[in-house]
Amino acid sequence: MTALNQLTLTQAREKLALREFTAVELTQSYLDAMAQARGLNAYLEETAEKALAMAAASDARISNSEGGPLEGMPIGVKDMFCTDGVATTAGSKILENFVPPYESTVTAQLWRDGAVMLGKLNNDEFAMGSSNETSAFGPVVSPWRREGDTTPLVPGGSSGGSAAAVAAFLCAGATGTDTGGSIRQPAAFTGTVGMKPTYGRCSRWGIVAYASSLDQAGPFARSVNDAALLLRSMAGHDPKDSTSVDLRVPNYEDAVGASVKGKRIGIPREYRVEGMSPEIVELWEQGAEMLRDAGAEVVDISLPHTQYALPAYYIVAPAEASSNLARYDGVRYGLRVPGRDVAEMYERTRAAGFGPEVRRRIMIGTYVLSAGYYDAYYLRAQKVRSLIKRDFDDVFAQGVDAVLTPTTPSPAFGIGEKSKADPVEMYLNDVFTVTVNLAGLPGISVPAGFSADGLPLGLQMIGRPFEEETLFSLAQVIEDAAGRFPVEDLWWAK
Amino acid sequence: MSVDQATVRRVAHLARISVREEELAPLQEELNAILAFVEQLSALDVSGVEPMSGVIPLSLPLREDVVTDGHYPEKILANAPDAEGGFFTVPKVVE
Repeated sequence: MTALNQLTLTQAREKLALREFTAVELTQSYLDAMAQARGLNAYLEETAEKALAMAAASDARISNSEGGPLEGMPIGVKDMFCTDGVATTAGSKILENFVPPYESTVTAQLWRDGAVMLGKLNNDEFAMGSSNETSAFGPVVSPWRREGDTTPLVPGGSSGGSAAAVAAFLCAGATGTDTGGSIRQPAAFTGTVGMKPTYGRCSRWGIVAYASSLDQAGPFARSVNDAALLLRSMAGHDPKDSTSVDLRVPNYEDAVGASVKGKRIGIPREYRVEGMSPEIVELWEQGAEMLRDAGAEVVDISLPHTQYALPAYYIVAPAEASSNLARYDGVRYGLRVPGRDVAEMYERTRAAGFGPEVRRRIMIGTYVLSAGYYDAYYLRAQKVRSLIKRDFDDVFAQGVDAVLTPTTPSPAFGIGEKSKADPVEMYLNDVFTVTVNLAGLPGISVPAGFSADGLPLGLQMIGRPFEEETLFSLAQVIEDAAGRFPVEDLWWAK
Repeated sequence: MSVDQATVRRVAHLARISVREEELAPLQEELNAILAFVEQLSALDVSGVEPMSGVIPLSLPLREDVVTDGHYPEKILANAPDAEGGFFTVPKVVE
């Protein structure tokens, strides 16, 4: 029999409803797996006691036939989500001892629907990174290894703990946040499904802010259907976030397995970037073939401003970050390093509390917003953003239902492999994903194949605003054709 | 555009992050690498393009101007590094 923690969320939910096991047994199987996987550094905090109490409450509700849609499902939470009474660090020293007295809306909705919290998951500091190496609490090790090679690999980032934990069977599903690719890129690196919904679909209330016009929460899962179940609970209008949208939340599961016959899928020629590995090109073609076989129509399209997305992102995101992170001043919460006067206290606190990547982005943001440079940088980047959104508006107006691209230009790389001297080298990881955040669109990454050295590769689909259902239908076609991508060798538990 | 070390020092001060003298040169190099990368935007003609301020066409919702939250100072102060008598404290500001 499969170990309970290796079931998909969908399978576990069915079996729990049939009383094949209890919620406490299911949670315990995850807690046992977590205890054996501490070397991966995916969890920053394990909340075993809370998890078992929540699972026992789930069992009581199930026996009274009062179970919610996620009753008893053990979930990991990215450490960007505030959790009432449980430390929330955002992967930063500056919040090392911060214990929120409130719960984020997204996690509150998961608990409302019966989910069980297993703990808090590691991430790049303030979600700034593409490899989880900027976390103040150490990198996350991917459960994947290259064939015949024990080099530790990154799980991607910034939601590296979420991706690794889902792939390593350390939770049934996880929350993530995505500002430039932080759900989709780690999902691609770990053979998991990751969905960034339309901006405004999930409430940002209680999520540590990085770049507010780009940040969105979304799920990580081991199957497309699991992701659909999770998003249904996470999404919804929240009066406490003025950018959250008052739209009905569909039952996304209904879209999984729905026909894609006649859907028009655009292949943007600008994503065929120089130096892209041949295996990624091949995977992309196979993905188009899978959708064609299911009755979709595949057409070539152009998104002419694609190449300007990444540079625009590296102005807009740092600018918003420099403003959002001004709150870490050593007065109301977090670290304080004393100084002779208040200015010195601020400067010492922030120097000691922020890591190098966060400091870099705050400084770039401060510079591009400073007097004399605002028009040349920030205002120009916001105009470029309009052009990028217009590119998508145009192809959608031509009847394209979704855009198919690779999620990343390469498979996962080794920890420490990317140059520290040139931050731009790391930024190029997000070349296919940032456009989606700049335009506010929904995007999903679904595993679709392997690299030559045995690492999972992902395909991304980008949809019209608030048409996540189309993406779930298309993603299921890929999953049906390519299969799922469970890690087979649990080497860390040996 | 690129920045010199004096600008790096000025930006660090604006951002309220103290930077040691020996950190200036590497920081200058990193910031200039990023600025060189974003420089490609200047090649684009953006005349007549409206800057984007939000991704969804949405006007900010209004509500009644009434108190909807509060009355838990102990929760607010629970994470303060140095709270005293129901207040946040800072080093002496006025001599």
